[in-house]
Amino acid sequence: MYEFDWSSIPGALPFLWEGMVISLKITFAAVVVGIVWGTLLAMMRLSAIKPLSLFAAGYVNLFRAVPLVMVLLWFFLIVPRFIEELFNIPPGVDLRLSSAMIGFALFESAYYSEIIRAGIQSVPKGQMAACSALGMTYGQAMRLVVLPQAFRNMVPLLLTQAIILFQDTSLVYVSALADFFGAAYKVGDRDGRLVELLLFAGAVYFVICFAASSLVKRLQKKYQLA
Amino acid sequence: MTYQWNWGVFLQPSATGDDTYLGWMFAGLKMTLALSLSAWVVALLLGAVVGVLRTVPNKTLAGLATAYVELFRNIPLLVQLFIWYFVLPELLPTSLGDAFKQSHPVFQQFLASMLCLGLFTSARVAEQVRAGINSLPRGQKNAGLALGLTLPQTYRFVMMPMAFRLIVPPLTSEFLNIFKNSAVCSTIGLLELAAQGRQLVDYTAQPFESFIAVTVAYMAINVIVMTLMKRVEDKARVPGYMGGK
Repeated sequence: MYEFDWSSIPGALPFLWEGMVISLKITFAAVVVGIVWGTLLAMMRLSAIKPLSLFAAGYVNLFRAVPLVMVLLWFFLIVPRFIEELFNIPPGVDLRLSSAMIGFALFESAYYSEIIRAGIQSVPKGQMAACSALGMTYGQAMRLVVLPQAFRNMVPLLLTQAIILFQDTSLVYVSALADFFGAAYKVGDRDGRLVELLLFAGAVYFVICFAASSLVKRLQKKYQLA
Repeated sequence: MTYQWNWGVFLQPSATGDDTYLGWMFAGLKMTLALSLSAWVVALLLGAVVGVLRTVPNKTLAGLATAYVELFRNIPLLVQLFIWYFVLPELLPTSLGDAFKQSHPVFQQFLASMLCLGLFTSARVAEQVRAGINSLPRGQKNAGLALGLTLPQTYRFVMMPMAFRLIVPPLTSEFLNIFKNSAVCSTIGLLELAAQGRQLVDYTAQPFESFIAVTVAYMAINVIVMTLMKRVEDKARVPGYMGGK
């Protein structure tokens, strides 16, 4: 039978924490950009201007058809070349974190835009008509009437997507970037204690995600009552 | 940016000499399809069972099913895969673990990947099955019981046939996800589509051609699956429901 030895974990905690900070940074960047860019995409998709709605539909369908692993590989290939060229950064500077952030942000925007589109469409049509009757422009109606209500309905879904996104950040493993999972793997590999470190990483993700989704459920109930 | 495009690279004989690079791509495509389809069978069977258990009156069974779903939903797929591949063989009884470790490497990778993807997706399928059963009018279950059917019979002959027809559209999106998620299995060395793409980059130094080919292949899978499932959705649509859902 296998004999567990958890002794390499306590000493590695600072390194694992650094990894967790990277995971959280990527999650945060992707959620913020994803919601902003996703809102714009959703509005383009619903707009009457054909080129805009076609662009948004193409963007969303493209990103949703390709595996995240593939998207990340693309971004680790392209973004460094692009940024080096643009800002005159000498080759060799580590751009993996920025590549990961940009990749996740653009990828998640596609998923966020679908949630936000459904949210906008859940607002009754009469609201828009009422705004026009009051003399508001399209922009005013969206900003002051439709979007606030849409976002209120969407909060639980947006947060659930953020939890999924946090789990997905572990895939930066493909670029050997030491996020929380990457750090755990490195420590396990170094000490020959992969079994313990992988189980530990799984347990940490489980506790965080389970607690977060329980909170979201509670929030959802509160919002439904209001 | 100077990049030498060379699409002819796919027709060159591969480094191992027994195939072209295009052949590698097709081998990867075959692996992706075999893995995703076999994992989908696992996911549907287990997902149906767990989803039903979540709705039964027995508190213990329903609780166990909930725990199953929460376990697989709250751990990243990549971490689950590494646990299947690196951890479980160590924790099995020694003889079984050794038998696994002495088997063919591709068999090891495939088995771990299939179980991982299958169980991960089964938790999602279970949620859809539960939602489908819960969306049925309560009268259906009561009518079944009032007619003298036992509870299992009511599930089998009244509720399940309806629930499954109602959840075809969300199952389509899970089916699409399983092909995309299978790319994660490249991390343990299984030579599916994404892994063949990366290997091609290492051997030919033509990253753009190979990534474009892989991306197009995934898009093609997506379109084909959607077209096929559209037919299934049309067949499964329940008259009188909005678009079958």
